[in-house]
Amino acid sequence: MARQKGISFEFDGELPGIYIFAMALSRIVITGVGLTAPNGNDIGEYRANLLAGKAGIQFMDLRYMGTVPAGICNYDALRYQKKKEVRIGTRAGSISVYCANEAVKHCGIDWETMDKSRVGVYVGTTEHGNVETENEIFNISKFDYDTKFWSHHHNPRTVANNPAGEVSLNMKITGPAYTMGAACAAGNIGVIQATQMLRLGEVDLALAGGVSESIHTFGIFAGFKSQGALATHEDPMKASRPFDVDRNGIVVSEGGCLYALERLEDAVARGARIYGEIAGYHINSDASDYVLPNPTRQTECMGKALERAGMAASDIQIVNTHATATPQGDIQECIAIAKVFENCPNTYINNTKSFIGHSMGAAGALELAGNLPSFDDGMVHATINLDNLDPDCALPNLVVNEPLAIKQVDAVLNNSFGMLGINSALIVKRYDA
Amino acid sequence: MTKDECKKLVLDIIADIAPDEDLSNVKSDVKLRDQLELDSMDFLDIVMELRKQHSIEVPEDQYEQLASLDSCAEYLTPKFNALV
Repeated sequence: MARQKGISFEFDGELPGIYIFAMALSRIVITGVGLTAPNGNDIGEYRANLLAGKAGIQFMDLRYMGTVPAGICNYDALRYQKKKEVRIGTRAGSISVYCANEAVKHCGIDWETMDKSRVGVYVGTTEHGNVETENEIFNISKFDYDTKFWSHHHNPRTVANNPAGEVSLNMKITGPAYTMGAACAAGNIGVIQATQMLRLGEVDLALAGGVSESIHTFGIFAGFKSQGALATHEDPMKASRPFDVDRNGIVVSEGGCLYALERLEDAVARGARIYGEIAGYHINSDASDYVLPNPTRQTECMGKALERAGMAASDIQIVNTHATATPQGDIQECIAIAKVFENCPNTYINNTKSFIGHSMGAAGALELAGNLPSFDDGMVHATINLDNLDPDCALPNLVVNEPLAIKQVDAVLNNSFGMLGINSALIVKRYDA
Repeated sequence: MTKDECKKLVLDIIADIAPDEDLSNVKSDVKLRDQLELDSMDFLDIVMELRKQHSIEVPEDQYEQLASLDSCAEYLTPKFNALV
């Protein structure tokens, strides 16, 4: 049992033997990043814009909703897909294909000779199929709802594994390729799944993270609006404002981020550059409400991730918050963070959604990617659009509006929480040989 | 509608369905699948677009009539002319 600042975290039961064996077996490292965000189409551009305070939210017109603020990506789909693939596939599939190819290129592995049956694709999604179903209903509405006009592409587009499946088709990957549905915790959970599968020896290279095509479904926007949780602002760049007293909800975004992950020994053997090491993680459930978060379970989640990493809270330099700019959710997370990181004067808090909105299934992975370069540049990107700090969100060391240079960043804890009470905390640390 | 006009109309549909293909030298008497990257789902797209754009139905047991541009023209031209 580990003790941290008076809070005890312990596993409820015995860990399975294979888990202990696997943990001892391999360290898992990040060797590549492929991403598209509303403010960048590779990690360099994305990081530069985060440090420059440049958001990526704009107004868009959406069926039935009118004009809404949204995070839209402008990656070059045709860099890796044929026009026909784009036409037949889904936006989530296209984003996944882009990110997966970029991750492989970034990690520098010899893809031509790689055994594709030993590559795994693990893509986190908040939801999938809403976009395609809404489009088909709209399509048949023009034909008096006659279902003979319903597309034969509907089922392959809407099966839950579609985004990962499109990657396997595009890149001729014959290993396991599937999605994890985990609401807005999904991006972290994609990386966690990859870590587990690499440790179990199921694959040799994992392409993992999360994606979102959610801006193309009016249902997501309408649902948040009905819930009183959809952001509005006269300036779209200011619409996503976590922790601000005037925040009024979520800016929905699309995007994706897939990492190339490998066992350390494999990465070292091929001389790969290592961007970070998976230090610890935890996933748990609130079991308390459909939508309202539960700070007690969030506290437990962060605590157990720290315990698994063998770290104290004070070993973390950056906590990247999940905060989505809903009035209640931000406060609940601040309560949880304050409890875990009390008396941690060298731990800094930031938020990436203030720049890119809530990229749903991609959020966890994209937000981690926004902070990964801090191991190299020692900078903590800010949370922007914070003009009037909500006193209930006044965490010590919240990095407000301007990035902060600190002595050294050795570990980042990335929170991602989702509806139905799924929580994830992922800790990535600087790689030391 | 002439058979040549019918062939052009089918090619216009294929241009949308297979946007990566060069359609400038499609041979009328050669099966479309033998000269273009078209699969069974693409032929279903052709059937769907004929239905949507032109209210023409191609029953499943007659899909083979769409094998080449010549067979398309032979089969579809009377259907188009019957619409007028």
